[in-house]
Amino acid sequence: MSHRIEGKGRLIDRSKTLRYTFNGKPMTGYAGDTLASALMGAGQMVMGRSFKYHRPRGAVASGVEEPNALMGIGEGGRFEPNQRATTTALFDGLSAKTQNHWPTLEFDIGAVNDLGARFLPAGFYYKTFMFPRVAWKHLFEPFIRQSAGLGAVPKEPDADRYEYAYHHTDVLVIGGGVAGLAAARAAAAGGASVTVLEQTPHWGGRAPVDGGEIDGTDPDAWVKSAVEELEKAENVTLRLNCMGAGVYDHGFVLGYERVADTTPGDDRPRHRLWRIRARQIVTATGAIERPLSFPGNDLPGVMLASAVRDYVENWGVAPGKRALIVTNNDDAYLTALSLHAAKVEVAGIVDVRPTLTGPLAERARKAGIRLMTGKALAGVKGRSGVKAALVTDLAGKGTGEAIECDTIAMSGGWSPVVHLWSHCGGKLLWDEGEALFKPDPERPPLGADGQGFVATAGAASGALGLAEALADAHEAGRRAAKAAGGTLTRKAAPKANETERQPLKPVWIMPAGAGPEKRMKMWLDYQNDVKVSDVQLAAREGYQSVEHAKRYTTLGMATDQGKLSNINGLAVLSDALGQPIPQTGTTTFRPPYTPISMGAIAGEARGELFQSIRRTPMHAIHDAAGAVWEPVGHWRRPFCFSEAGESDEEAVNREILNTRENVGMLDASTLGKILVKGPDAGKFLDMLYTNMMSTIPVGKCRYGLMCSENGFVSDDGVVVRLAEDTWLCHTTTGGADRIHGHMEDWLQCEWWDWKVYTASLTEEYAQVAVAGPKARKVLEALGGMDVSKEAMPFMTWADGTLADIPARVYRISFTGELSYEIAVPANRGAELWEKVREAGAAHGIQPYGTEAMHIMRAEKGFIMIGDETDGTVIPQDLDMSWVISKKKEDYLGKRAQQRPDMAREDRWRLVGLETLDGSVIPDGAYAVGEGLNDKGQRNMIGRVTSTYYSPTLKKGIAMGLIERGPERLGEVVDFATLDGTGTVIKARLRGTCFYDEEGAKADV
Amino acid sequence: MSDAVSPMNGATFEGFVTVSDTGPRGMITLRGAPEELARMAKALGPDLPEPLSMTAKGPVTLAWMSPDELMVLCDYDAAPGLAGKAEAAVAGAHALVAVVSDARAIYRLDGPDAADVLRKLTPARLDGAQVGTIRRTRLAQSAGAFWMTGPGLFEVMCFRSEGQYVWTLLCNAARPGSELNL
Repeated sequence: MSHRIEGKGRLIDRSKTLRYTFNGKPMTGYAGDTLASALMGAGQMVMGRSFKYHRPRGAVASGVEEPNALMGIGEGGRFEPNQRATTTALFDGLSAKTQNHWPTLEFDIGAVNDLGARFLPAGFYYKTFMFPRVAWKHLFEPFIRQSAGLGAVPKEPDADRYEYAYHHTDVLVIGGGVAGLAAARAAAAGGASVTVLEQTPHWGGRAPVDGGEIDGTDPDAWVKSAVEELEKAENVTLRLNCMGAGVYDHGFVLGYERVADTTPGDDRPRHRLWRIRARQIVTATGAIERPLSFPGNDLPGVMLASAVRDYVENWGVAPGKRALIVTNNDDAYLTALSLHAAKVEVAGIVDVRPTLTGPLAERARKAGIRLMTGKALAGVKGRSGVKAALVTDLAGKGTGEAIECDTIAMSGGWSPVVHLWSHCGGKLLWDEGEALFKPDPERPPLGADGQGFVATAGAASGALGLAEALADAHEAGRRAAKAAGGTLTRKAAPKANETERQPLKPVWIMPAGAGPEKRMKMWLDYQNDVKVSDVQLAAREGYQSVEHAKRYTTLGMATDQGKLSNINGLAVLSDALGQPIPQTGTTTFRPPYTPISMGAIAGEARGELFQSIRRTPMHAIHDAAGAVWEPVGHWRRPFCFSEAGESDEEAVNREILNTRENVGMLDASTLGKILVKGPDAGKFLDMLYTNMMSTIPVGKCRYGLMCSENGFVSDDGVVVRLAEDTWLCHTTTGGADRIHGHMEDWLQCEWWDWKVYTASLTEEYAQVAVAGPKARKVLEALGGMDVSKEAMPFMTWADGTLADIPARVYRISFTGELSYEIAVPANRGAELWEKVREAGAAHGIQPYGTEAMHIMRAEKGFIMIGDETDGTVIPQDLDMSWVISKKKEDYLGKRAQQRPDMAREDRWRLVGLETLDGSVIPDGAYAVGEGLNDKGQRNMIGRVTSTYYSPTLKKGIAMGLIERGPERLGEVVDFATLDGTGTVIKARLRGTCFYDEEGAKADV
Repeated sequence: MSDAVSPMNGATFEGFVTVSDTGPRGMITLRGAPEELARMAKALGPDLPEPLSMTAKGPVTLAWMSPDELMVLCDYDAAPGLAGKAEAAVAGAHALVAVVSDARAIYRLDGPDAADVLRKLTPARLDGAQVGTIRRTRLAQSAGAFWMTGPGLFEVMCFRSEGQYVWTLLCNAARPGSELNL
């Protein structure tokens, strides 16, 4: 049973007890513990159930590579599944729940899958659930989804907040172990600005655990002085709890900082996503130890040798009372010696190497530890924990001596963490001697200048020895400073002394002669329950590409992305395919290095900061008046103003009738307003619009239509001639930025020699439309300008002062009524709105929203960009030839409109639609013709584009695009209903204007 | 006395830096070729600013916006008069002068860690920021600009319609406890 041991635990503070719960049970640990070390210290080895077979699992590692100890951490709005217990710092009040079992961790019904393990080989789902096809969607998939899956989905909104931070640095060092610190020192000495990220809460990495001597002192002391030196340096930024998550093009790096994980509810951002621009990146990301593939290697108590050492030295925890070491290299001897020094019994060291020559083996021998050479493990006894291990000859089939133990510490060698090197295309080399993939310094990720922008340092380079690693890291830091614009420091690299090591012997499965029964119990990927037999089966079934084999077997998928399993898996695959390992290659390393929270990715963008909502100066007034909001572009506009007890529809109808009978007011501030000025401005606008704008007299307004180069209607609005060389172009609300960009595009890229300047004045003015038979009376009541028909006829404008506010008043109408649009400086928009309301009160003025505006314009037969147009409609389709100049030689879209398809006579063209029974045609309904198409559907001859109930006319009105529509006025066409009954609504084709066809009302 | 009301109407927020609405400010867009911009600058007082910089003389500041655009910052009530001066300076030449005092909002960040608030919102580099430079950039999802007015003092500009969003952004980024401690 795992337990605390005295005299060890460099990271914990035994004077500070922390309380937490594990599956609801109160537990204690120490300050500095991880959740995993605290659980093991309390005797809890089983920390979860595996994905497929629901086998009991314990922590196998001590860091980010942990595949098994995944838990749901927190409660309610702070619940998060799949958190690694090995990287979860313990804090008072932490609540942890194990996953993937039912009903309890100890007794799990899903474990029956384990009994049928031979029936769930690689590709089982693909093979079994193929037929019948429909059963996949309705039967198999729902069942599989229910039984599979890691963790539970959080049910409440995230209670925490998150943020981004942008950072710029010459050299970014990822990893704060001794290599990272050495690289940072060298880069800083070269004059570069340096930033160091370390994913754990501690500097120094694993060197303090593994020992040795740096610059004549022990690693702990060296780390302390190196950090102090870096902290003092002006040009160095150090960041703990911050993982380098991904390396992207142009030296962009994401850093994932855990700010307040251990202090939930303290109002600090929980995580911070650093968006870093670095000239040079040094990845000092270390290496990860590999498991060994022997039968039963997934039982709780079977752990990486380095992890066992970490638990002993860092947290004062022993995973058991009696440990057996199995290894193919010297590193595991450090574990044996560490356990021995901590007075934990070491049952022996099983080493696959036939002879032992290194000093570490000698030290173990002297300590009285039994060494078994040329041996391997052929099996592990126990169900939810280790009871004994079966030691056999490496070459044998698997019979031999049973050795009692409750812990097995294994080491299959080390794999450099090449992930960040590889994210942006760094290539790898196979190192035959150390049996590992390491970065190929000749083929780094290349920046825009064709030079490498990422280098590796220390163990991440494949330099596994301390002295070699520090020399490599120092050099990487030196060169990074130089490449980032600094100098090559002459400072010497740190000098290290370490014990000499005997080379490892690569062993990918043990024992070598294991039969199928044993290979089915050799786990490669703990998280996905992928075994040696599965990978071998995939190879037999023809999977040659490592990427295909990964997806077929699920090797290296899920939250750990194969940090432990990849190299072992592809070695087994290579063996099965009879090819060398480098020929098989690795799967792709993709960011993030370990999963990062969704909250960190979203940053501050949630709640009221989810999107930048644009507000007019009158927004707050509308809100207080009960506006029902509608998004229009990024703006919010009032859809209608509902009064007490009124439905939206009733409100809209009231607003329309009041405008038609009395007077209404609309916040039109969102309309785009672009100033166009210059000697060539008239020529420019003639090219942009389909009609003539150069001929508008100063003081007048003209409606215009704008097309894309392909001839399709793009935007519309009223153009105003302000002065001889100055026009103001109104655009649609959603089109303002796009049209301004369109104008600048043509001016800067095509007609660069035309003398025209533009400026967006959209935000400068608040604009209020006052429309209705009594509109003039309202403006007269505001006072200050002559707004009579004589002084200001229809389609003119005037500058003046209205109600003591400087104003520009346009006589334009989108409702068909007598109408003025008043533009004032935006900072006085709210004041104008209130004054119009007060002045209009005697005349029954009421505000109206966008829906009333839409219906009133439809009653007039005015088009709406986005309703009557959808990017495939040309002005000719809209029966608006009056707005297409015949005189102009050219305008944008003219040539396109002459293409055969555009000039086709049977195009769908705009008409008015009047239902025979007065009902409203459903929005989006199609007009159906004779016969069926090749899909057995009714042939379509058109569609409705705008359809409303008109409170003015007390019946349904609509516009639609109908095949040869304008030629067929008076005919009746069928509109298919949308309710699936196959019935139709009959409507007569007519002109588009339903209200005041002669336009008398607007021109009074 | 003007009746102009800026989007946040003079609000203040106390975080690890103080965020405040500076109220209505006079702003004028000037567009023209370098010669015209120089003539307008001369008429208004300040030197013609270099790219990415600002120049000031008395209450008038000129900010570089693009190779053919400057922005004048001045008292709100002075803008129309100054615009007239600029127009007169380029009479007959091709240039554009437009008063845009109401189109934008300007907020102030005040505190030793003022740059940290911006570091959370803009990819523009804050290290080495100095008085007399201006950056047009992005503030989270909004277009914006900022410039330093003194040690621990920044002014941040955004469009008026996004004034409330940017205000909320700045206050959120300045919440106590979230200092970057670089």
